[in-house]
Amino acid sequence: MAELVAPKSRVLDVGCGDGALLRLLAEERSVDGRGIELSQQGVNDCVAKGLSVIQGDADADLVDYPDDAFDYVILSQTLQATRQPRVVLEHMLRIGRRAIVSVPNFGHWRIRAQVAFLGRMPVTESLSHSWYDTPNIHFCTIADFVALARDVGATIDKSVALDLAGQPLHRIFSPWAWNLLGDQAIFLLHRKR
Amino acid sequence: MGDLGTLLNGAVTQSVSPDSLTLGLSSNSPLRMDSGAALAPLTVAYQTYGALNGAKSNAILLCHALTGDQHVANPHPVTGRPGWWETMVGPGKPFDTDRFCVICSNVLGGCMGSTGPASLNPETGEPYGLDFPIVTIADMVRTQALLIDHLGIDTLLCVAGGSMGGMQVLQWAATYPDRVFAALPIATAARHSSQNIAFHEVGRQAIMADPDWRHGRYLVEGTRPGKGLGVARMAAHITYLSESALHRKFGRNLQDRAARTFSFDADFQVESYLRHQGAIFVERFDPNSYLYMTRAMDYFDLAADYGGSLANAFKGSRTRFCVVSFTSDWLFPTSDSRATVRALNAGGASVSFVEIETDRGHDAFLLDVPELIDTTKGFIDAAARARGVD
Repeated sequence: MAELVAPKSRVLDVGCGDGALLRLLAEERSVDGRGIELSQQGVNDCVAKGLSVIQGDADADLVDYPDDAFDYVILSQTLQATRQPRVVLEHMLRIGRRAIVSVPNFGHWRIRAQVAFLGRMPVTESLSHSWYDTPNIHFCTIADFVALARDVGATIDKSVALDLAGQPLHRIFSPWAWNLLGDQAIFLLHRKR
Repeated sequence: MGDLGTLLNGAVTQSVSPDSLTLGLSSNSPLRMDSGAALAPLTVAYQTYGALNGAKSNAILLCHALTGDQHVANPHPVTGRPGWWETMVGPGKPFDTDRFCVICSNVLGGCMGSTGPASLNPETGEPYGLDFPIVTIADMVRTQALLIDHLGIDTLLCVAGGSMGGMQVLQWAATYPDRVFAALPIATAARHSSQNIAFHEVGRQAIMADPDWRHGRYLVEGTRPGKGLGVARMAAHITYLSESALHRKFGRNLQDRAARTFSFDADFQVESYLRHQGAIFVERFDPNSYLYMTRAMDYFDLAADYGGSLANAFKGSRTRFCVVSFTSDWLFPTSDSRATVRALNAGGASVSFVEIETDRGHDAFLLDVPELIDTTKGFIDAAARARGVD
């Protein structure tokens, strides 16, 4: 994900956890970073690292940021846990010149197999919660996200699907195949003003 | 601790001859105040803890709240009680006196040694009383800047404080953006709300309704509006707590009695507690100073000074901010802190924001709250690292 960010840019990491990505970006790419994080422990960890992080959540607090405040707005593995994914994505595209979004792929064949053949809601390494206590309330597949991006008028500049080991699916180019074999996908998007 | 008479004498003494370092500023360059008055001579009473380094880059200025003073981390000279932020200031504590030089001064208009209504007016030889000009938060900060100049400090590593102290932090950041490397406003707001002004007005009316107040001339006439000041403090103290904490501590429990006495004695524990809070306050604080301090908070409205837009106050600021609020603080609720954060974000400033979960109300900033200590330590240490201070 860090590779998609140009050096010395201004970055907002939405759902930044303990600030590991922001720290990495600051160290390796001289990025001027900011974060939003829901958990107090996460915010404290970030503040202790010297990062500028606000306690808040993607659904309620993105509205407060002005247009074009950042070069990149990052949402990593969080879109499926938001209450209003479309609204969140639209704010990101307003706040940042570019958005970087990574989503877990609900269309992975292992997940389809669990639903289709076992008749059970899937529990996998990446989606490891049971259906009744998962924070993931808005599952989508890679293809779903591509469709949403089109619906909000965004252009996908770059995308890469990753396998279970986090490695890019280099030799596979068909979107249909990504939807079946990709554990997650990362998208770089922007929307014309 | 002595009897009430001794304590009161002690309190009055502190306003003219404080147990503190003092900076005396002569009549040559009077302080121009927001009210239009020019004040001279001027005394600033202050305390320092820890040493300045060679580069003078490790100075931290702490700003006290409404009824606080410069005795942050030493026993109070009148009451003997611990300093108001002993939990936060000391070796190994967030404001680490082994590494930083922590400074705190009594605000302009205070009664613990800085020039205020209890100080002697050189023109009359009597205490100023209500002749003292109305003080604003900006006036307080201007005075502190004179002290920082005198100490030879260019840029403060951090300015921090809660409540009225937090207002001073915001004012510092707006007025002297290049002199504040990091700012930590806690449990505060960029303007005093209408409800807060109302509570302060009740307190002031209580003091002014006391027949011993004598239009502020009680020091000359040898009286003291202790009852009025006590009531003011009781009302204010309720706003510093939260309903759930009061219920947890006192409930409807009776004070040292098995049944209601059907009188106006302090039957309930909470009544006894409030009366005690009023009494111990009266022994150390000047009633006129209370009028001036509450007025300063009421007049504070940072956005109004910047064309109505709070974002303008911090535009282009390179200061690092960490804004802190408490969940049960209904005097300066989290929404006030979020408004400040929004303004800072709009101006592109580097800002962190933490809302700490506690049921201890507004007073939490003075108490031993582990998350506050952790957040502060993290923020200060990171600022020190960024500035190259060990």
